[in-house]
Amino acid sequence: MSSISSLRPDLALIAQNVAPGSSVLDVGCGDGALLLALRDERKCDARGMEIDAASVAECVAAGLSVIQGDADTDLSFYPDGVFDYAILSQTLQTTLRPRAVLEELLRIGRKAFVSFPNFAHWKVRFSLLVGGRMPVTRQLPIAWYETPNIHFSSIDDFLALVGEMGVKVDDAWFLAGNRQRSAAAANLLAEHAIFLLSR
Amino acid sequence: MADAIVTTSETRKLAAPLSLDCGRSLDNVEIAYEAYGTLNASRDNAILVCHATTGDQHLASPHPITGKPGWWARMVGPGLPIDTDHFYVVCPNVLGSCMGTTGPGSLASDGAPWAMRFPVITIRDMVRAHLSLLDLLGVERLHAAVGGSMGGMQVLSLAANWPQRLERALVIAATAEMPAQNIAFQEVGRQAIMADPDWQEGAYYGTGKSPDAGLAVARMAAHITYLSEETLSEKFGRRLQDREAKTFGFDADFQVESYLRHQGTAFTERFDANSYLYITRAMSYFDLGEEHGHRIAEALAPAKNVRFCLVSFDSDWLYPTVESRKIVHALNAVGAPVSFMELAAPFGHDSFLLDVPALDRVIRGFLGQ
Repeated sequence: MSSISSLRPDLALIAQNVAPGSSVLDVGCGDGALLLALRDERKCDARGMEIDAASVAECVAAGLSVIQGDADTDLSFYPDGVFDYAILSQTLQTTLRPRAVLEELLRIGRKAFVSFPNFAHWKVRFSLLVGGRMPVTRQLPIAWYETPNIHFSSIDDFLALVGEMGVKVDDAWFLAGNRQRSAAAANLLAEHAIFLLSR
Repeated sequence: MADAIVTTSETRKLAAPLSLDCGRSLDNVEIAYEAYGTLNASRDNAILVCHATTGDQHLASPHPITGKPGWWARMVGPGLPIDTDHFYVVCPNVLGSCMGTTGPGSLASDGAPWAMRFPVITIRDMVRAHLSLLDLLGVERLHAAVGGSMGGMQVLSLAANWPQRLERALVIAATAEMPAQNIAFQEVGRQAIMADPDWQEGAYYGTGKSPDAGLAVARMAAHITYLSEETLSEKFGRRLQDREAKTFGFDADFQVESYLRHQGTAFTERFDANSYLYITRAMSYFDLGEEHGHRIAEALAPAKNVRFCLVSFDSDWLYPTVESRKIVHALNAVGAPVSFMELAAPFGHDSFLLDVPALDRVIRGFLGQ
């Protein structure tokens, strides 16, 4: 049994906003914490994709249906519209082609939750402006040469992209620290953003 | 192996003839099996374990001929990942084999061994025999069917053709359609047997001779495909066998040669050459999508409510990960709940039989309790 309240804040927000009983694919599901909460508390048909074999093994050992796969290449093997939601949490910035991945999410899911670290948060700006070094923060804790994050974006960058793609933003949530904050000046003040998208 | 083998397992005789894919049917089919644990009152804790090409029903008990532990003794038993304290575990010897189940070495109705008169069987025929046995044992619906390699093919065939008979399907290091390279290796093995003059067109039973040399070569060739290059290099390298220098002859100079010769010879003591022909033929015929326009997804569509788990190994070049992925994609397409992972293991195709702790965790977790 896994509870929503014990989840990482962005995952808890997603879990609270998934309709009970819906079908969900969590792309980059890691150890399956969100899937377990969705299955146990929201009674969802919750499935996952994860690139790391050891994490997949842990998910399967926990009774989840998770396949080892890569968001960049393996989403194409799902038919159109088979899930109510496709979820991509903290993974977009690690993909080779984020735009193509977003297209795929909205093809296989009727709606998509996407969460990512905001690279225009003031601490990040400050670190680069004053220190002249690529920032290492709580949200971005790994040095540039080791981080799996290869496509950084700000909240405004992301909104510009989804606008260009003709994708609707149904809802948005912003986090600073572990707390939810308002949308006001989010591009400067939010460390983390979560969007609910649809076509 | 020209004489009948006495096993310690149980044998059941089927009352009805077994209809086969080739159009023929077999009367008086006997199925040898081993079972562990207890079938519960609601009869929902049964697990069918399907063995690989040259495996047998001695899953967790010592082999009666070799005396070696059961082929999956590390996985099946009290407290082990396939826990016989909770599950009723059944492992039948496949149709066409030689460890007690009816095969080419069994007697036909005229009192003489079937030999090459035995019908060519398929993986689905093996599954038909399994289901007939399960009927006799009172198992209507399996908690799970589990198998590696050819065992995995049986599990796929069971799920695709009789999805109502199982809740979970665990398919390890297998394929939905035998790739050309594997058909090719098996043809080498069959030709080695049939080129042996002692094969006598298959009618060697009771002649005092059997095609041991051919069968040993078949086993040697197959055995190479079960291992990884890394295993061979680490275990043997270019080291010489009990000698300081090359002999400039054709003895087993190298350790790897000596090892393979031993594997080949030892195999002939426990396996029947004709069974090898029939079972590898069944594998080369295996093509799950064949009757569905070669669309595996269509074949598996009836199984969309079965929970699947597929596992491949990164060093397995005989049934590589791409084969498992094809099945996963087909199952995704029909919306079946499926898990899949490629585990890191150095042992090649044989990894599913060896010490890979991640596999233990996956199996235990997938089977639940």
